[in-house]
Amino acid sequence: MRATKWARSPLTEGAFARWLLIGAALAYFALVVLLPLGAVFVEAFRKGAAAWYESIMDPDAQSAIWLTLLVAAIAVPLNTIFGLAASWAITKHDFRGKAVLITLIDLPFSVSPVVSGLIYVLLFGAQGWFGAWLDAYNVQIIFALPGIIIATVFVTFPFVARELIPLMTAQGRADEEAALSLGATGWQTFWHVTLPNIRWGLLYGVLLCNARAMGEFGAVSVVSGHIRGETNTMPLHIEVLYNEYNFVAAFSVASLLALLALVTLALKTILEWRHRDSIAALGH
Amino acid sequence: MPGFGLSMGFTLLYLSLIVLIPLSAVFVKSATGGWLAFWEAATSERAIAAYRVSFGAAAIAAAVNSVFGLLVAWVLVRYDFPLKRLVNAFVDLPFALPTAVAGIALTAIYADTGWVGHPLAPFGIKIAYHFEGIVAALVFIGLPFIVRTVEPVLAQMGKEQEEVAATLGASRWQIFSRVVLPTIAPTLATGASLAFARGVGEYGSVIFIAGNMPYHTEIAPLLIITELEQYDYAGATSIAAVMLIVSFAMLLLLNGLQSWQRRRVTI
Repeated sequence: MRATKWARSPLTEGAFARWLLIGAALAYFALVVLLPLGAVFVEAFRKGAAAWYESIMDPDAQSAIWLTLLVAAIAVPLNTIFGLAASWAITKHDFRGKAVLITLIDLPFSVSPVVSGLIYVLLFGAQGWFGAWLDAYNVQIIFALPGIIIATVFVTFPFVARELIPLMTAQGRADEEAALSLGATGWQTFWHVTLPNIRWGLLYGVLLCNARAMGEFGAVSVVSGHIRGETNTMPLHIEVLYNEYNFVAAFSVASLLALLALVTLALKTILEWRHRDSIAALGH
Repeated sequence: MPGFGLSMGFTLLYLSLIVLIPLSAVFVKSATGGWLAFWEAATSERAIAAYRVSFGAAAIAAAVNSVFGLLVAWVLVRYDFPLKRLVNAFVDLPFALPTAVAGIALTAIYADTGWVGHPLAPFGIKIAYHFEGIVAALVFIGLPFIVRTVEPVLAQMGKEQEEVAATLGASRWQIFSRVVLPTIAPTLATGASLAFARGVGEYGSVIFIAGNMPYHTEIAPLLIITELEQYDYAGATSIAAVMLIVSFAMLLLLNGLQSWQRRRVTI
């Protein structure tokens, strides 16, 4: 499109304005998004690859990595099962109060991470509702693994369900009704009809759920007790190292989480390109 | 369709155990101390200062991103340029990057010795460990909310209205300010509210860069943690209750905005 000073189309910007806008947008994007990402890796390798490797191999760092993997390995499947059950109930059936239920499922997203941790301290902490009872049976939830898992489950609660509900609404019920009319049982219909239909959307939701589960800081910070080598997940270990002015070690562990974020973004982008229709309800 | 009882039963049980009962604990706990005690803890001088910091920084960050996030969304939807798909994918980085990682990275950049902080230091501009640092962190966290909310609406907005305005002799700027902007205003407001709501409760990316001085750079979530560590459960719970009420109010506002959006964008 020609964009001279005299015959400029009012339907688009002139070439100069266009490149000015692109330049401004890219400059802002680089400042806000790329610079912090770059800083993580530059700081991590400030003293060379050997120092980076040493920080990663440190026993406390190793136990933080294993704890993070363990917490995600429990929290993500729990929320995946919930997401499947909730979206089956919501999209394959009609009942009153559906909109309210969907709003309630989304609720954890609008709660501050710190409050998300606090609520479990109020329930299971020493002074909490069940504190005395748990103490009598010598069960520790707060400042221990169960607390970390349950807080992670809370903050990642809606991810799978909110991905599947719009997708399964868009897909309708015709496939399932056909399978049922041919004599399939409910479980057969779910395994052989519904699950293959939603597999890419499910993977998308699980991916985002996992990224948040491994990276959660605020909620876990409240319930973990920060016991080094025991109840410190990777984000919490980063905080400890940072507050000890051990910046190279802090950024080294942070670089692993940044890598996880990059892998998540790459997989997410591939899913969006390859399977746009079957993740669909994108642009809902 | 079979399986209603099982799936619905499990959904309601899990939802109640994980979300509803624990959340209600905040309000029950706040109520047991009596209304007066709640009010005193929730509106102490230090708490008010913390709300001011959290809400103020979140509002400024949302305003900054409303302008620049719209610019990024506009450029991504309307123009072609090299590496556009890569930029598009990286817009979601703040969603994917753990907040603690973002926090220490932003502090490294904006400290006096950092890539951005160092050149600004001679001018007396300080960002890290000041209120500006909190805004910088919330700008990072909030960007994808605005871009991802505005992008689809910009993309599916018909060109017809713009064409009509053009045939009537409107300039490009007039078309943007009188036709495009009013059409996407509800969407922009939705994105800004989402970013604001997230910013108010944000903790991990903020505490490293904030300085955390009571009354000045102490955010409300940090005050909750401080009071918890001092075993002041009533104080922590009161502030948490205020924040939850604000979150629920924001949810209602967002529902209102979305119905406004549906009425405005009829494509």
